[in-house]
Amino acid sequence: MADGSDPRPDPGAGAVPPGPGGAAAPPASRVTLKVNGTEHDLRLDHRVTLLDALRGHLLLTGAKKGCDHGQCGACTVLADGRRVNSCLLLAVTQDGADITTVEGLGSTAGDLHPLQRAFLERDAFQCGFCTPGQLCSAVGAIAEAAAGHPSHATGADALTDPGPVTLTAEEVRERMSGNLCRCGAYPRIVDAVRDVTA
Amino acid sequence: MKPFAYVRAAGLDEAVAAHARHPGARYLGGGTNLVDLMKLGVESPTALVDISRLPLDGVEELPSGGLRIGAMTRNSDVAAHPAVRARHPVLSQALLAGASGQLRNMATTGGNLLQRTRCSYFQDVSKPCNKREPGTGCGARDGLHRDHAVLGQSERCIATHPSDMAVALAALDADIELYGGDGARTVPAAEFHRLPGDRPEQDTVLRAGEIVTAIVLPAPGRGAVSLYRKARDRASYAFALASVAAVLELDAGRVRRVTLAFGGLAHRPWRATAAETLLVGAEPTPDALRRAVEAELAPARPLRDNGYKVALAANLAVDVLGALAARADGRPRIP
Repeated sequence: MADGSDPRPDPGAGAVPPGPGGAAAPPASRVTLKVNGTEHDLRLDHRVTLLDALRGHLLLTGAKKGCDHGQCGACTVLADGRRVNSCLLLAVTQDGADITTVEGLGSTAGDLHPLQRAFLERDAFQCGFCTPGQLCSAVGAIAEAAAGHPSHATGADALTDPGPVTLTAEEVRERMSGNLCRCGAYPRIVDAVRDVTA
Repeated sequence: MKPFAYVRAAGLDEAVAAHARHPGARYLGGGTNLVDLMKLGVESPTALVDISRLPLDGVEELPSGGLRIGAMTRNSDVAAHPAVRARHPVLSQALLAGASGQLRNMATTGGNLLQRTRCSYFQDVSKPCNKREPGTGCGARDGLHRDHAVLGQSERCIATHPSDMAVALAALDADIELYGGDGARTVPAAEFHRLPGDRPEQDTVLRAGEIVTAIVLPAPGRGAVSLYRKARDRASYAFALASVAAVLELDAGRVRRVTLAFGGLAHRPWRATAAETLLVGAEPTPDALRRAVEAELAPARPLRDNGYKVALAANLAVDVLGALAARADGRPRIP
């Protein structure tokens, strides 16, 4: 615990050290993030979101700041394998988490992830701003369906079947509804996602 | 966003103590609503007490046939749990009708209950709002209120509660387990959220410093069938204009037990006890269902731009109860 047993002192919980000019420095903590396989030790103001830590501190600018309110999905990354909106996660809460961004989807040898290839083959984007979020979200959605997670598009009868869910176009549209595309590339995004699950 | 201290609690008592030590602290679960409200300036806690890693996650099957859902269990995990899907499909359906895949992976069960209204005046610090800042007035009453309450609202506040999950819990007769400085207590889900009255700043009966620790679902009744249906502006990823959760048990073609709750109509999930009373013992014919639902909605007092909600909610409820009646007795029934 940050103001008890935690080995990393939390200035916010006790004395706040004075900053330049005598002003109190904003409370900060040490945070370890494993991002795309590499561990980073950071000291972050508690207000820094995971998105800002990735973009501003680690210079991984794949994840995008669209709305910054969890409504557009452009900031989507995988945290411990699950898709999340990195704009609504405070980085300090993710201490020790394993984060995958769009930069980490391909292999270390430089090969693209099959979903990235499908997006290229299907021309599933126009301006590309939402694409990193679409890709990370789709990777998460495919894993969820494979693990048997139902969606709003899953029928009442299928709800009691805990087996893997087939990603019909309707299922993909529902599961990807947290990712907006202002260019309207939705039909091809649905096709690309289904290509890799067929 | 204003600077704040951050405390990661290792246990419940530690969390309660840390909250008490920092006046103006807030507990942090998944953060999907709280962090957003901090960005908007609606919330400016002095400290966040992070309870998301407390061992309050998972779904436990109770000897009674009930289920205990830890308050830190993520919405997606509750919706996908085989026992929830098999015994209480209405709860899975309600959860899956809310938010997005990403948000459901982050949001906790306890946090879902404690999310604040999405009233645009509440979320905009430049506007008057009695819920955000008591005494400043209600901007919505004569403003944009198409999404607002038609039942149980007060002069001071016409906000609705945004949760889908809480509507299902009200219909399931769930219990909410709480823990605070005075120890543990249990509150029925249908009584957890308040009507606004003259204290709209108080969404729930939660006491200062208390934590939601679990939700307990009773065993499903004999032959019970349940369903959640939601009407919204787009097919996915939108809050309810009106929604219905219902659980029905029939006995020889008559209603043995029914529970019905509305979402999107009031400051809390609206348990339709008047309709339930009229239906018990009756044959669930389309006419009987409509009469019961309309009796429930008769006290509705819509504003200039939200009168559509009354008819919408009535039609949804008649439809849902009709579908359940058909399923419960195995005969198709045309509403």
